[in-house]
Amino acid sequence: MTDLTMGPIYYLWDGPKWRDFYLRIADEAPVDRVVLGETVCSKRQHFIEPHLVEVVERLERAGKTVVFSSLALVTLERESRIIRDLIDNSDHQIEVNDLSAIGLIKGRRHLIGPLVNVYNSATARLLAQRGAERICLPPELPFTSVSQIAADGTPVTLEVFGFGRIPLAISARCAHARSKGKTKDNCQFVCGEEPDGLSLKTLERQSFLVLNGVQTMSHTCQALLLELEEIRNAGIRSLRLSPQDCDMVGVAKIFREALDGLIDPQSALHQLGAIYPMVPFSNGFHHAKEGAAWIARAKSAASAR
Amino acid sequence: MELICPAGTPAAFRQAVDAGADAVYCGFRDETNARNFPGLNFSREELREAIAYGRRNDYQTFVALNTFMRAGDEEIWYRAASDAVNLGADALILADFGLMAHVRERYPEQRLHVSVQASASNPEAINFLVEAFEAKRVVLPRTLTIADIARIKRKVSCEIEIFVFGGLCVMAEGRCSLSSYATGKSPNMNGVCSPASHVRYRKEGTLMLSELGEFTINKFGPGEAAGYPTLCKGRFDIGDASGYAFEDPISLDVMGEIEALKAAGVSALKIEGRQRGKAYVAEVVSTLREALSTEPAARGPLLARLKAMSEGQRTTAGAYEKRWR
Amino acid sequence: MRLTSLLAMPLGALPIIPVQHVARRLFQRLLEAHPDLFDRLGEYRGCRFSFTPTDLPLIFLVEPGGPTLSLKRKRAVVSADAGVEAPLVMLLALLEGRCDADALFFSRDLQVSGDMEAILALRNALDDCDIDLPRDLSQLGGPLAPLCAKFATEVRRRALKEMA
Repeated sequence: MTDLTMGPIYYLWDGPKWRDFYLRIADEAPVDRVVLGETVCSKRQHFIEPHLVEVVERLERAGKTVVFSSLALVTLERESRIIRDLIDNSDHQIEVNDLSAIGLIKGRRHLIGPLVNVYNSATARLLAQRGAERICLPPELPFTSVSQIAADGTPVTLEVFGFGRIPLAISARCAHARSKGKTKDNCQFVCGEEPDGLSLKTLERQSFLVLNGVQTMSHTCQALLLELEEIRNAGIRSLRLSPQDCDMVGVAKIFREALDGLIDPQSALHQLGAIYPMVPFSNGFHHAKEGAAWIARAKSAASAR
Repeated sequence: MELICPAGTPAAFRQAVDAGADAVYCGFRDETNARNFPGLNFSREELREAIAYGRRNDYQTFVALNTFMRAGDEEIWYRAASDAVNLGADALILADFGLMAHVRERYPEQRLHVSVQASASNPEAINFLVEAFEAKRVVLPRTLTIADIARIKRKVSCEIEIFVFGGLCVMAEGRCSLSSYATGKSPNMNGVCSPASHVRYRKEGTLMLSELGEFTINKFGPGEAAGYPTLCKGRFDIGDASGYAFEDPISLDVMGEIEALKAAGVSALKIEGRQRGKAYVAEVVSTLREALSTEPAARGPLLARLKAMSEGQRTTAGAYEKRWR
Repeated sequence: MRLTSLLAMPLGALPIIPVQHVARRLFQRLLEAHPDLFDRLGEYRGCRFSFTPTDLPLIFLVEPGGPTLSLKRKRAVVSADAGVEAPLVMLLALLEGRCDADALFFSRDLQVSGDMEAILALRNALDDCDIDLPRDLSQLGGPLAPLCAKFATEVRRRALKEMA
């Protein structure tokens, strides 16, 4: 059985939108685990706080495992404190996304998020010894490495980044605010104006990346559907769906049905394209190629979109 | 404060030492380090000679093994670590936890430094690296202000090294897959950012276009100063506006803040540029050496001459100044 | 007026064969002085490199695999895997590792084209060789020797002055 994990929302959505998203996930999405909480920018934290209790309760009532995400980039004293409070006070499992959380959480059961550099089983083993039970491997990792780590028998559950725009980089500087003539300290949360990221094109007007506050993400949406069988055969027990501003309940259903063999990967891909139509799919990282690339397994795969 | 200098070739190594380096860092000619460029870096024999040259002159040699081990091929990194230890490297500069654990276990006496690629940007992260791997020194990412650095230093027991001159990563180091998104090759996995194999320069009328993989990442007018073809210093369109979305072509220079860095408790100042020629190494190392022993007021003109060495022929204090964010 | 533009006048009119003959002797001499010159090229040894002095009507083609050197006029059709273009003094200063190629690229004094891996490999190969043109060429022997050494010294003086 392969689990589905709904990753944290990397974008800034306003409170009500955030709440409605999760209530619907709780009621309708066939996911096993939901990772919650601000991961990208510590300044955004207050947007979700009024709705947190309600969302957690609803998700748990629906039988989902709730996990709290830690910040990806911790540089300020205030951010260190947020991590410390999260680890000291949370009665939920925590997914760690930076080294400070790895250090502080030692000895407690936890998850490792896709923003931590786990490229081999020596690293996975070390993290497992410190209490990691589940590792979502970095999206950049090719399948050859994923399957090798799985084959090495590291005592953790491995997860791969199955759906979503790929988190590619994070900076102390906010390019999103900068593009609107603001600095990070005086940003007025302009990143909230683009709930699916701010499109960045090349000078030849080719869509390339999207800005999400201090984070830079891919323009393409990683979609590992044609690869599900080899992922499962390699012993990967979990797949991550990273929320985009589209029908994520529909996305979760497609992945669930594809995993359960109820629909074939080709039709699954076709349906996925209808749910998130404006964004091209990619799977290059999985195939050890450019992350932006779409590698079709067969001719029919290429014509699927 | 120590001056830590780059060397991509034995010739550059000798220049660094002769120009006044306290330590020189270098890497093997393969994917075990983050400057895995054609024709660059050291064979085992060259490193042996370099370390001996350093020893005779009372300088240290650090060996960078700062990429992440490819699953299934860990032996390449383990062998590099073993060779570096046996050749007498004064410190290994590491980024991968798995490799750090291996080095700690096999070579308990070996001094271990944490590479900037490990992205340790706060006291808790550094304390983890000290506790888990007995790291003696951490190279901080270029995402922190000098005030941040001072605060961090007060809470950690190991030495702090920071970049003061040269290339400026706009993204948190070791956490950037922009290069592999466009080319399939990344600093973490392959030791290259914007690999030369995927870079093309094309003329379009009077413009010079730089292309990375299938993407155009910049256009330069005649005579307009250029930089490396990295994505974080590319020109892009956002909405109706064109420009540098992340950062201009520019290099880092925080030598104007030597007193503040000293007061912050920084142990070592690092110069970026293993990929640069020996002329760069000689010029930058000797200039910074001189600047370190000069009155603050006299430093400006001294450092100004390094602008010609810099991307876009300009320098910035980057994240070390809060306004950069 | 630049030294090299002075040079360009007679060279433009010169028959290419004798000029190439002299250039080959100098190239041969460099290879004797630095037998490891192309060691760092690795797999790029088989590439063909063009060097185009912006202030001369000539193109120098170097094939390290031979090793061979040949000269072409600028109007000739030239095929190379990788090319470098800069004023002659800068090309010679780069040969000696006296200036940093990246810096000249940033300032746009140097243009590169073709296979960038080959360019980097060549740059690094040259940079690690302690080429010293006046010294290396002074051992040339024959009637050309003093002339070449003097020329190399003059070029270096100009190069350093122009780039300062």
